[in-house]
Parts: sequence; structure tokens; C-alpha cells
Amino acid sequence: MEIILVSLLNGLVYGMLLFMLASGLTLIFSMMGVLNFAHASIYMIGAYLAFEVSRWFGFLPALILAPILCGAIGAAIEIWGLRRVHHNGHIAELLFTFGLVFIVQRGVQMIWGMLPMPYRVPSYLDFPLFTLYGANFPAYRGFMLLISAGMLLAIWLLLKKTRVGLIIQAALTHPNMVSSLGHNVPMVFTGVFAGGCGLAGLAGVIGGNYLTTESSMADAMGPIVFVVVVFGGLGSLAGCFIASIIMGMIQTFAVVFDYTIADMFSPLFKVPEMDTLLGEILTVPMSRIGPLLPYALMILILLVRPRGLLGTRDT
Amino acid sequence: MMLEVRDLHAFYGQSHILHGVDLNVDEGEIVSLLGRNGVGRSTTCKAIMGQVVPQGQVLYRGKNLAGLRSDLVARAGIGYVPEDRQVFPTLTVRQNLELGLKKAGKFGRWTFDDVFRLFPNLAARQNNPAGVLSGGEQQMLTMCRTLMGDPDLVLIDEPTEGLAPLLVEQVGALLAEIASRGVAILLVEQKLTIALKISHRLYVMGHGKIVFEGTPADLAASPEIRQEWLEV
Repeated sequence: MEIILVSLLNGLVYGMLLFMLASGLTLIFSMMGVLNFAHASIYMIGAYLAFEVSRWFGFLPALILAPILCGAIGAAIEIWGLRRVHHNGHIAELLFTFGLVFIVQRGVQMIWGMLPMPYRVPSYLDFPLFTLYGANFPAYRGFMLLISAGMLLAIWLLLKKTRVGLIIQAALTHPNMVSSLGHNVPMVFTGVFAGGCGLAGLAGVIGGNYLTTESSMADAMGPIVFVVVVFGGLGSLAGCFIASIIMGMIQTFAVVFDYTIADMFSPLFKVPEMDTLLGEILTVPMSRIGPLLPYALMILILLVRPRGLLGTRDT
Repeated sequence: MMLEVRDLHAFYGQSHILHGVDLNVDEGEIVSLLGRNGVGRSTTCKAIMGQVVPQGQVLYRGKNLAGLRSDLVARAGIGYVPEDRQVFPTLTVRQNLELGLKKAGKFGRWTFDDVFRLFPNLAARQNNPAGVLSGGEQQMLTMCRTLMGDPDLVLIDEPTEGLAPLLVEQVGALLAEIASRGVAILLVEQKLTIALKISHRLYVMGHGKIVFEGTPADLAASPEIRQEWLEV
């Protein structure tokens, strides 16, 4: 029981971190049709910037500065990069962001090297928040939840309660029409791209010390964020949120519950012996299948429901 | 002259769609652009609005708008109602209308009350998502949404397409209302029903060019033009 509660909380923490990345990506993807491969690279830049800023000025300045810098980088990429490439179609945009991934990764390795950075949770947040059936829940995870909840509220207020939000929502379906009504859509695009990159940077700040700040962190996070976007459905932040939480839970629970598929079915029928091929597959522990599950789910949803959970159009 | 289109060319990739279109619309005038499907009527509107890159001149009150971004064309005073309606389906009817305003709370000739008085259906459903409206209601909403931005000239692309006769009459009444408030109209149509009745002047397009220009009476007196370029 206690392990379920703790895992639920951990799954929520990880799911919210995923949402912080995926929300920006899904907005950019649905509005501009740009599949931004470099989104997780911005997340990595956020973590490294947070490490540097917190080294000199402390964690709180990092929490504010790093996302702003990442947003500025995003705006620069959109204005001087994507907007120019845009005329040549989506393939050109795709290749452009694909190239950025390598540039960022090599750049980070050249500046900071290949080893993980000593980017740690600040000491004033490094204590157990409460104890649940003997297991400690670190305060930092509570802090991450708080930041994520704040972000969720801010996005919701922006989209639902402001005129800019109205324009963004309208541009999700018919950007040309929004433009014909006299709204500066390229500026809205830049804003959304910068905002999405800012959120990715924020995820880097609070995820970099929760996970590890190293030059492979973008590669580790990138694919799973794409899975979330596809699974949740294009054009839907609600779908993206649900998908993030589901993926967070799956990855957390798969590690904790070390059952095998054979264990699940053993009450129902006799499972083949371990030394046969099928038996071997069925007795692989869940913790080793875990990382595969999100991708299996993505393939399943692409086959069964191509528009994703709550998507408004087909992938 | 309010709008003067001079030698307008447009391309979709390799294919040359507009081969030098010339047309005028004067202040407060209702002008129809007729022709069969695929002759470039919609592309003419899109080229004026900056949604396809044009070559040539689009003079609006003496200023060349050709190649400007759509929002700048709109802010110069030209409104556009596309043929595929493009309501924002997840937003409410009222939010759709709000987006027509170029600035929050800045009303011109048209207010929410005007729209809701003209179309009680829209008033009753103002808090429903626009995606659930019928085709006719969506058409009215699209036209009203553009009017909220208070254009001095509206380009309206096939507003009666696929509508029942009763709704076609409603569209006609709205066009008359628009004209009565001093707004010029460039109406793109395939059928002659409304166009002959309300237009001051007509253009007929064929193969990416204007092939006829005149009054409704001129067109009525030219069966050979109708036969060659309009009748199916």
C-alpha cells in the first residue's frame, strides 16, 4: 500500500515534468506544424544554465534567469532560423531543428565536458517533507509539484482568460484566418515558441538536479516527450496533460512493481517454461520492459486512434 | 477608386493560376466576380489578402498592398470571408466574434447587438462552441466575425455555397445590410441568383483572367458570355 502511494506521488512528479516539456512542444507543433526536435535540447540548456547561475548566484536566481534565457534563445531561433526556413516547407524545418540538436549537444560537451555536472538540490530544500509508512518524501519533489502546479495554472489562465490566449487557441485551427482578421500571427508564433522554450528551460532547472545534468540528458528526455505529444493528441493541452501523467505513472510503477508478464497470467493458465523462447520473453521483469512501454503505447494509439487521446486532428 | 487590382499574377508552385487580373471596386460599390470553379476567383481574393504571394499591383486607396502580410492588409481596411468558412470550432460563438475585433472593445459600424439582432440564432447560441453550429449559421458567423473588424471593403467568397434557398435569402439580406452601411463588397459567386440582383457591376473570370466586365443588364444581354464562361 505505502509503495503505491509513494509511487503515485513520484509518478505525478515525473509526469508534471514531462508536461512542462510536452506542453510547449504540442503548442508549437499544433500551431506552426513544426516538429521541434530541439525542444529537449533547450531543456538541457536550461539545466546547464541553472547549474552555472546557481553556482554563482544561488538556486532562486537560476529558477528565474534560466527559463528567461531559454525563452530568449527560443525567440532567436524562431525569428532568425525557423521563420527563414519556413518558406521551404516542413522538411526543411525538421532538418533545421534536427541540426540544432547536434549543435547543442556538441556545444554543451565542448563547454562543460562529458561528465555529469555537480548540479544539486539546494540545501534548504534538501530534507524529508514527510514520512509515509517509513518512506521519506523529499521536500524537493514537493517543490517540483508546486512549481508544476503554478505553471499549469499560469498556462490555463493565459489561454482561457486573456485575449492573447484566445488568439493562440484560434491559431491552433486556422492561423491564416486569424491573420486575415488583423492579428499579427508571426509575432504570436514567436511568443509561443519562446514561451514553450522557456517552459523547457524551467523543466531543465527543476529536472536537472532531480535527475542528472549531463550531455546525454536531451537524448534521454526527447523521445519520451514526443511519445507524450503523439499520445495526447495534437492541438489539445488537456490530452497532453493526461498523457504526461500516464507516462509518468507507467515509468514509475514499472520500476517499482517487479512482476513479469508470466506472473500476471500464471493464475489463469500454465506459463511455458523459462528455457523456451516464449517463456523467456514472458519472464522478463517489468522493470526491464518499463522503458519500452511508452513506445508500445504510442504505436498502439497510432494504429487504433491516430488523432491521439483528445487530439483535434490526425497526426 | 478604392481598390485597383492591376496585372495580378499568382502561382501555386509551378502552376500559373492568375494571368494578369485587372479589376476595380469603388467606395460603397457592390461588385461581383463570377466564373466557374477553378478559374482563379478564390486565388484572386487570397492574392489581395496576401495569403498567396502575388505579382502585380493591389492599390487600396492609393497604397500598394501587394505582398503585404494578411494582418496588415486587414488593418488597412479590407475584410475577408473565405469560402471554407474557417470558424474557430472550439471557441464559442461570442469568442469567434470577439476575435473579429482588431482591438478589444474597439467597435466600428458593427456591434454584438447588431449581429445578435440580425441573427437571433447566433444570439441564442452565443456561448456554444462554434463547431456545433449548422452550415448556414457558420456562414453567418464567419461573415459577422469579419464585419466586427469594421472593414471598409469586404471580399466574400461563395457565401451561398451549399446553403438552402431560405438561407441564401438571409445571406442576400445581410449583403444588403452591409452595403447600406457604406461598406464596399467584392462578392465571389458561381451562381447568378444573388449577384445579378444586388451588384452594381460584374466581372466574369476565365482561365485566370477577366473575360467580361459590365452591369447586370449588360450580362443579361450577352447570352454568348454566359454560355461560354458561366453555364455548366
